[in-house]
Amino acid sequence: MLKISKEKLNGLYSKISASMPLYMPLKKAGEANYGLWADGEESALGVLKTVKSPKDLFFPQSETMMKFKTEGKSIEILDVREEQKPFVLFGVKACDFKAFDVLDRVFLAEPVDTYYQSRRSAGIIVTLACSRPEESCFCKVFGIDAAEPAGDVTTWLDEKYLYWRANTEKGNALTESVKELFENGGEKEVSAQQKKTREIIEKLPFSHLDLSRFKPENLNELFDASEWESLSEACLGCGACTFVCPTCQCFDIRDFKTNEGVIRYRCWDSCMYSDFTQMAAANSRTTQLQRYRQRFMHKLVYYPSQHEGLYSCVGCGRCVNKCPQHLNIIKVVKTLGGKAHD
Amino acid sequence: MQDVTTEKKEYVPNIVAFCCNWCSYAGADLAGSSRLSYPANVKIIRVPCSCRVNPMFVLKAFQRGADGVILCGCHPGDCHYVTGNYYTRRRMALLFSFLNYLGIEKERTRVEWVSAAEGARFSAVMNDFVKTVAALGENKRLTDLRCKEDKNDA
Amino acid sequence: MRDVELKMKERAAELLKSGEVARVIGWKKGEFYFDPEPSVFETEAELENFVYNGFCGANLSKYLIAASKKPGKTAVFLKPCDTYSFNELVKEHRVVRENIHVVAIECQGKLDISKIKKLGADAVTEVEELGEKVKVSSLYGDMEFAKEEVLLEKCLCCKGKEHKAADETIILHEMPETKNDRFSGVEKLEAMTPDERFAFWKGELSKCIRCNACRNVCPACSCVKCVFDNPNSGIAAKANDTEFEEQMFHIIRAFHVAGRCTDCGECSRVCPQNIPLHLLNRKFIKDIDTLYGEFQAGDVPEGKTPLTDYRTEDTEPGKVFDAEGKHA
Repeated sequence: MLKISKEKLNGLYSKISASMPLYMPLKKAGEANYGLWADGEESALGVLKTVKSPKDLFFPQSETMMKFKTEGKSIEILDVREEQKPFVLFGVKACDFKAFDVLDRVFLAEPVDTYYQSRRSAGIIVTLACSRPEESCFCKVFGIDAAEPAGDVTTWLDEKYLYWRANTEKGNALTESVKELFENGGEKEVSAQQKKTREIIEKLPFSHLDLSRFKPENLNELFDASEWESLSEACLGCGACTFVCPTCQCFDIRDFKTNEGVIRYRCWDSCMYSDFTQMAAANSRTTQLQRYRQRFMHKLVYYPSQHEGLYSCVGCGRCVNKCPQHLNIIKVVKTLGGKAHD
Repeated sequence: MQDVTTEKKEYVPNIVAFCCNWCSYAGADLAGSSRLSYPANVKIIRVPCSCRVNPMFVLKAFQRGADGVILCGCHPGDCHYVTGNYYTRRRMALLFSFLNYLGIEKERTRVEWVSAAEGARFSAVMNDFVKTVAALGENKRLTDLRCKEDKNDA
Repeated sequence: MRDVELKMKERAAELLKSGEVARVIGWKKGEFYFDPEPSVFETEAELENFVYNGFCGANLSKYLIAASKKPGKTAVFLKPCDTYSFNELVKEHRVVRENIHVVAIECQGKLDISKIKKLGADAVTEVEELGEKVKVSSLYGDMEFAKEEVLLEKCLCCKGKEHKAADETIILHEMPETKNDRFSGVEKLEAMTPDERFAFWKGELSKCIRCNACRNVCPACSCVKCVFDNPNSGIAAKANDTEFEEQMFHIIRAFHVAGRCTDCGECSRVCPQNIPLHLLNRKFIKDIDTLYGEFQAGDVPEGKTPLTDYRTEDTEPGKVFDAEGKHA
């Protein structure tokens, strides 16, 4: 294991970004979000939760898929895809890292989404263990160990040092390129921190949610549950929960007419929006209850039934913090999840 | 390699002028038939009344590459629909002040009242507005890069 | 505050029991003290989870658009500032006044959990309101804040403690007036150069994730179909593809509520990126006050708004910038 003192971190960022783009949590206009590091940027590595998750780096909120150039009656299709150059994604928490697995199973399954794939394979992921989880965190429920995230490189941060351990070939290569900044050691500090973190996680209010009822065989029963009405009644139908979620993967494809052609782009969509299922003839979900139910049924029932029981929630708790009216997945789980909550 | 032969072309701003059908558009007509000149880069959009101009029209003009937007209507009190331009006056006063608040140069937006008999005034107003906007240079603050991009491709 | 909650609960039970109303809109308990959610109570039994505390900042008036169209009367608990939004909705015929029973309630200022967390409280498990102090318990230890430090932005610029609509009131304690300098933030921006202002807004608006929370929570945003959702409008979009779209969404939204925005502050409360959206709306309010005379939207449930009205002697748009030297 390697370590680097906190004062030298800016040097590490410079060194990495000299050879390839470095994306990490940055504080801009008061909020922490992933962004491209450059000299003078304020690092927000110590912030537990960025507002948006790092899924943007692989699946951007909006991206151009192709362009059309029109001249008279002819249309030329321009492929805008380029080969992605390697980049480093630094400071990913265990829950957000697990979310990449959830996204991979959607975008990398046949037919492969080449836009996602090219970014995903170009990314070198440096994860950061949590040391100060908060009340809205419930990653433990999904079997995630916040103190020991995977990734190409795993790091831990304490008052004085950042500890660094490469896990993969990609990680080793990155480590080689910055090794001169590091010194050896840190095993003891890391395991002490891990122990402390795990103790806190054990005490978190949502660490022991019961999901046992969310099984494919209960699909109809859950779908018809009368509780959805009271669960969803205050829902405003905004997309805050969806857009801060690290695993939500729905998108819409739209055209934008420029002065001389058309740009076809895709952008995140939210099943909470009233026009999410709008089709030429009609809309199959006409009430907010149906939309609300869809979001949670997808995460807790439909997705696991297609992916060996893997839930498409990683317990990051962003939606718990950000819902304008304090509705959230916790309330859904506690109402419908299992015997422990009855 | 640097191309030394290309000289920088003189900057000509794109101007969109929303003109009401009854006064200002007729004013523009009169300017033309009186052989008074106004810059060719002023693109006139005829509207039934100045109050037809939704704030979105102004923003869309900027989005599509306008460097300045001017609204022309009948003089207050002379509106063909009696009160339309009074509403325009309030709306645009607030909108333009708001754009300025967001940091968009206030000289890029203007409201002028031009009657059907004021061909000379129309020409003077346009010449002055073009000069003002040209001095500011290209609009970079309220523009859509997607529309700029293919301008460069072309 | 506890006694106010009990009194409200009691009154809600009476109203439901007597059949005077078919439903009551209030707040129900969340997972913690600090996350109550708006709720519709239709039976006395449901009132078991009724709650009213310092974190009930949500403005319930928007829920009345749907509720007032349902059969039977709806009772609603409105804080003084919420009654302005209510009046505005009545004025615009979005809420049927006869179908609503307004219970005007006491408000001692509402607290902002995200401010508490920004001040360093992680893993909050309990919050206690102790008069002018707020005690926060967390897994990492306890903290105490002055109430003023952790009030919602809207409560720092309280519009006053007078209810503008009420069928009955529940006020058990005196409500202290809070200082009201709501234009100070706008003035600070006006004093900047255009370049500085542009940089400020670019920083703020580029955080926008276009979740539409500001729009959907806004009582003034009551269009059946929003122009940004209407594929025929030519500007419908689900993401900010460019900086222009960030600007356009917020300019059009702020303009559309100009003269109708009561400054209820919900947009700033709900923004996941904490964009100070109130500074947009307050600019319009300030300009309207300066140019067309003091106007408070929602003061009364009738009459014209500044943008549906005019005077023949109104200021010319070009002159707006001359006022006080450079800026209205």
